[in-house]
Amino acid sequence: MGDNFRWETFFDALPIVLQGLGVTVGLTFACFGFALLFGFVWIFFRRIPNKLIVSIVTWVMEFIRSTPPLVQLFFVYYALPVVPVIGVTLEPFTCAILAIGIHYSTYIGEIYRSGIESVDKGQWEASIALNFSTMDKWRRIILPQAIPPTIPMLGNYFIIMFKEVPLASIIGVTGILAMANSYGALNFAYLEPLTIVGIIFLLLSYPSSILIKKLEVKMNTRFDKNVLLEKAKKKSIPDMNLKESDRIV
Amino acid sequence: MIIISAIIEITPQLLRGLGITISVLLASAIIAYIVAFVAGLSRVSNNVILNKATGVYVEVFRGTSLIVQLFWLYYAIPMLFGIQLGSNWWTGVIAIGLNYGAYLSEVVRGSILAVDKGQTEAAIALNMSRYQRMRLIILPQAVRMMLPEFGNYTIQIMKATSLVSLIGMRDILYYGDIMRSTNLSQAPLIYVIVLFIYFILALPFIWLTRKGETIAKKGVVS
Repeated sequence: MGDNFRWETFFDALPIVLQGLGVTVGLTFACFGFALLFGFVWIFFRRIPNKLIVSIVTWVMEFIRSTPPLVQLFFVYYALPVVPVIGVTLEPFTCAILAIGIHYSTYIGEIYRSGIESVDKGQWEASIALNFSTMDKWRRIILPQAIPPTIPMLGNYFIIMFKEVPLASIIGVTGILAMANSYGALNFAYLEPLTIVGIIFLLLSYPSSILIKKLEVKMNTRFDKNVLLEKAKKKSIPDMNLKESDRIV
Repeated sequence: MIIISAIIEITPQLLRGLGITISVLLASAIIAYIVAFVAGLSRVSNNVILNKATGVYVEVFRGTSLIVQLFWLYYAIPMLFGIQLGSNWWTGVIAIGLNYGAYLSEVVRGSILAVDKGQTEAAIALNMSRYQRMRLIILPQAVRMMLPEFGNYTIQIMKATSLVSLIGMRDILYYGDIMRSTNLSQAPLIYVIVLFIYFILALPFIWLTRKGETIAKKGVVS
């Protein structure tokens, strides 16, 4: 590296940038949790048996998904307080949860949908035949089969959201990027603190992406029908009980 | 009625930034596509050094976030190497292009690896060279599989162009922010119009992605 990279500045900035790590990680978890919950809201509206509602919701999701999260963040932060009637002023942290959470909930809603659609038709028919209520059907039959296979995909989105969270520094959430920028402005040394931010992201997201890949392989074998069939054969359990038996294991 | 006249008043002001947004989008998309093919083909090459070096590039750019890379290029490159990347426009384009190039190179690599082994074996049996196999047999089939993902990532690149307003480029969002700061009471309308402009920009790519999905599926046994 050139002469302009000074290690003393690097170590001077390190503790200050690290102060923001808790906020960044906390915001990521908050956004992810919000997106996981809100993803179900989309699913709920899209399953209403009314073509008009479904197409409106589909377009709203498409709209949120294909417009920049930065603009949505600005909307929540600057514009929401002056909206008549429903306008509220929110903390920057809450704004970030709302904006980033809703943005990614549209992706997570799609993941849920793919999971639900992959549940075998026989399961739906069986739950009707066994006179399950709608609530019980979803809670006991459909969701337990639909959601676990999507866990690796959800994990990928967790990492993607982690990398999206520094956007919140623009509206003043004091995560690592905001800390680095303010250190830079104070000491007129941006290079070292920003390098630290890059290294922190790399150190956290690379190992987690490897973990997710391992999880994916594990999940694929766990939910692969052929593998399940072989397991069942080894234990000489009739095929009918296949999925239930595997779940207990 | 007041709203309609406000929309008519605001929209042309915002559209002053349209040129920058579109030029950043096109330039960074082209850079991303070129980088994707170069890096993707390097990842499947037998040359160990090339393979590992591109691997490091891909992991570094996928592992850190775009906004950090943008600021890093903006502040660090002039300090570190004493050179300017030309202008803020170039900084934005290079950051977005390299970032999405890394993501897209994984798409290229995945599609090449997803082409059936039998195709390679048949090409070997027909005495084709390595280069011929890639150009005539594998790539034409792989490119079709890439289309939907390329469409999706182009929408992502379009969304990412809004970040260049943070390094002082006068794009749509920049003009939106300027107008908001002078007239806060109109902020909701301004940002809704900004969102709609971005959505209209995204529509052709949404349509192309769907088109790409049907092309990718056509005539493929799965």
